[in-house]
Amino acid sequence: MTYYDIVIVGGGPAGLAAAISARKSGIESILILERDTELGGILNQCIHNGFGLHTFKEELTGPEYAYRYIEQVLDEKIEYKLETMVMDITEDRIVTAMNKQEGMVMYQAGAVILAMGCRERPRGALNIPGFRPAGIYSAGTAQRLVNMEGYMPGREVVILGSGDIGLIMARRMTLEGAKVKVVAELMPYSGGLKRNIVQCLDDFGIPLKLSHTVVNIEGKERVEAVTIAKVENGKPVPGTEIRYTCDTLLLSVGLIPENELSKSAGVELSPITSGPVVNESLETNVPGIFACGNVLHVHDLVDYVSEEAERAGASAASFVRGDIKESSGKVIDLVATEGARYTVPTTVDVDRMPDLLTVRFRVADVFKESYVSVYYDDERIMHNKKRIMAPGEMEQIILQKKKLAEYPDLKTITIRIEKD
Amino acid sequence: MEKVDITCIGCPMGCQVTVELEGKEVLSVSGNSCPIGDTYARKEVSNPERTVTSTVFVEDGEKVRVSVKTASNIPKAKINECMEAINKAVVKAPVAIGDVVIENVAGTGVNVIATRNVGAA
Amino acid sequence: MYDVIIIGAGVTGAAVARELSRYDIKVCVLEKGEDVCVGTSKANSAIVHAGFDAAEGSLMAKMNVRGNELMTDLCRDLDIPFKRNGSMVVCIHEEEKEGLQVLYERGIKNGVKELYILNREECLEKEPNLSDKVVAALYAPTGGIICPFMLNIAMAENACENGVEFKFDTEVTGLSRKGEGWVVSTKKGDFDTKYVVNAAGLYSDVFHNMVSEKKIHITPRRGDYCLLDKEVGDLVSCTIFPQPTKLGKGVLVSPTIHGNLIVGPTAVDIEDKEGTNTTAAGIDDLIAKANDHVKNLPMRKVITSFAGLRAHEDAHEFVLGEPEDAPGFIDCAGIESPGLTSCPAIGEYVGGLLKEKMSLKEKENFKKTRKGILDPTSLSVEERNELIKKDPSYGKIICRCESVSEGEILDAIRRPLGARSLDGVKRRTRAGMGRCQAGFCSPRVMEILNRELGIPYEELTKSGGNSKLIVGRTKEVEA
Repeated sequence: MTYYDIVIVGGGPAGLAAAISARKSGIESILILERDTELGGILNQCIHNGFGLHTFKEELTGPEYAYRYIEQVLDEKIEYKLETMVMDITEDRIVTAMNKQEGMVMYQAGAVILAMGCRERPRGALNIPGFRPAGIYSAGTAQRLVNMEGYMPGREVVILGSGDIGLIMARRMTLEGAKVKVVAELMPYSGGLKRNIVQCLDDFGIPLKLSHTVVNIEGKERVEAVTIAKVENGKPVPGTEIRYTCDTLLLSVGLIPENELSKSAGVELSPITSGPVVNESLETNVPGIFACGNVLHVHDLVDYVSEEAERAGASAASFVRGDIKESSGKVIDLVATEGARYTVPTTVDVDRMPDLLTVRFRVADVFKESYVSVYYDDERIMHNKKRIMAPGEMEQIILQKKKLAEYPDLKTITIRIEKD
Repeated sequence: MEKVDITCIGCPMGCQVTVELEGKEVLSVSGNSCPIGDTYARKEVSNPERTVTSTVFVEDGEKVRVSVKTASNIPKAKINECMEAINKAVVKAPVAIGDVVIENVAGTGVNVIATRNVGAA
Repeated sequence: MYDVIIIGAGVTGAAVARELSRYDIKVCVLEKGEDVCVGTSKANSAIVHAGFDAAEGSLMAKMNVRGNELMTDLCRDLDIPFKRNGSMVVCIHEEEKEGLQVLYERGIKNGVKELYILNREECLEKEPNLSDKVVAALYAPTGGIICPFMLNIAMAENACENGVEFKFDTEVTGLSRKGEGWVVSTKKGDFDTKYVVNAAGLYSDVFHNMVSEKKIHITPRRGDYCLLDKEVGDLVSCTIFPQPTKLGKGVLVSPTIHGNLIVGPTAVDIEDKEGTNTTAAGIDDLIAKANDHVKNLPMRKVITSFAGLRAHEDAHEFVLGEPEDAPGFIDCAGIESPGLTSCPAIGEYVGGLLKEKMSLKEKENFKKTRKGILDPTSLSVEERNELIKKDPSYGKIICRCESVSEGEILDAIRRPLGARSLDGVKRRTRAGMGRCQAGFCSPRVMEILNRELGIPYEELTKSGGNSKLIVGRTKEVEA
């Protein structure tokens, strides 16, 4: 069995950034396993601009953003295998992968970094009633067909879900000559960025119908029409139906971290994020297995994926070198409640945390003129007013090691969203 | 006097900003809750610009299309004309990231450039 | 001139075709769809019923019990998975217990080999996730689960290998007498035959009524289903039924042979024979009903919902054999549940009937076995590597969710009666059947279909006909 210090599962933005960071931390033996035919992951099909404002202070398209990292991986001569599917990961970090050339190969890894990304929620998960004809695509599948393979999935389109991929695809399909008739969103707010609503919908006069969902799909062979209706208290309101003739229904109804492999390794998952539960080092409950990017929790911006992956890469490097800081074993729990949905990480070992630790979280609803409050046990130590917070955007707080050291008996840090 | 409603994209707030215009002169901006909204709205009514991204047909490449973008923003009103040029363009592989695929697209003075590499078949 | 034309390539038509392929005659199956298994056979509970449900003395009861008996050997011969996971009819009210006794006695009279009535404790010991309200259950260890696609496809493939012709996209439009035989008119021309077997599922009344004055009437009875992620496929181990009602066996909860959990069906009589659309009310209804007898149903784990149509004849009985006024026309009509279970027995019955009528002799070279598509996960690592060395396409995973390799998909396309559409590949290999529901693999499978069969992208379909997957290219420069 071949040994690598670090095996990274996935060569998308998370895997690439983790690999580069691990190399910069002095690890020579790194292997990236990528199932697609090229590195870059989902960014390769995200040909729109808007990536990298935080990381590079300029607006890049997805492939350009990916290429900045791919170049570094090539420069650093980090080993990678393409069209290689990881089939299994064990608790003691044996990674089984398969490809055409080598068949099934097992690697013993000093540390494993999970960077498999996420997948789209399918129609079935929503129980959308109606027929099951051709012409129903998840937005990401359509994106791949249009942007990478040069095929048009349809000419007259209804989109369900106003997440960013749905919005982006509304513009892409329009620019490629299709007529996007409406974007329906189940929630009373869009899960997408404001800028995408303006530049992908408003610019082209595409209506966005909030609190609406698809209540019927017609067409026995190919989609012929889609009916949407207003939703109140989770149920469609009779009499509010609007029928659109169309040949295509695109679904942008959520992303799910892809954690089948994590489960096989015994990694504990959060029921809220569907990603692994991790500590301040982005290490899962299984020692030596780390996670970053959309497999950990679905991100809004790739810039944050890269940043998080760099931390995972550095942590994995420390683990491999065996130079993790001594710990007194004191671990503080991070709890999200009252408007805050989850935190990543969920525990902090003060001895092992960096001087400043970014904790990311998402809110459960749209909050205007509200406060992000942080409690050290019962004491409120932070109370930051935010003009607006929305579920579509990640929020963050920064924990200071120095400050935490002043609270030797601290057990729980709680994040709450408060009106005042 | 003309009134234009604009959604500010400065932050998730998405303020509905109303701009009052007399010809090209901005008389007032209202509805914004911070200076970003004012600046954005003035720009949007006078000279709205966008980056256009799409793909271009590739000949003899390992991929059938190459992703492209306008190297900088172009006037919003030129988007359709820009797309027409992009739809007709053909580029021969290999193409490298940053290569100019169309010069001075739609007379905007802006080039359309490749945003990825496509090797020869 | 054919000896026998079979109308319909569902499980019944395929079972009859396989039986007839034992004999030295010319048999042709005419199917209006683009593939086998595209009607009622593809959307049902995928259950092999024990046989306690059908009325004593009925053809349904007889075929059910016989079909159940035949299934083990058939599945072994055809190399498809089959598991006797057992069925349980659960009752949640004391007063329903009598009903269990009725079922028990009926089952014994029908010839069901093993049946037990379990008390509450015995039920919960077997199935800890039964509803807290459960008071007793009828337990039938011979009940089983099967993949209806695989059964249908395997029987058809085996028939094909033994010489039966299959014509797809060939809808039968008329039947007329010609001497003692028939002219079968289709959209693709007329065919002469001595015998016609009517295995047309929902349309079996149409063909029957073309030739017989003793009319039958089929009502499409729609059933909505939800299929849940494999993650929760072990919620129950048996197939859990409620007490049967007039409309059928009720909403069951069962593991599938592939490890998913299936919940359904509802029962709604409709008019449209192609009305396989699910409804919000139907899905709500089945969730409510399933929760009556099974607890902790994780409906968040639904990966797809679908609807199937049962070919319900007014008399709720199989219509088998020759109508008195139409010699040479053999009905297999009104094949609703337990039709899947019964198909081997119906095949045997029709085969026997025609053998006698036509004095058929078995061929010497009838090949009763068929090799299924190789499942590489059934191999050891060494064997798998050997396979990949010989054929590298087995080293490339196309469907991530179900872990289906390119090699399996190529096999599905290249074998007799091979797949020609996305759904054809899906039903043969399970590519696209998993939790992402073909999001990742459909562009890949399209590429393989294009490459292997030379079907232009614009002509690739989800399931034949006009179910085109794409409408054109992105750039006008390409002619």
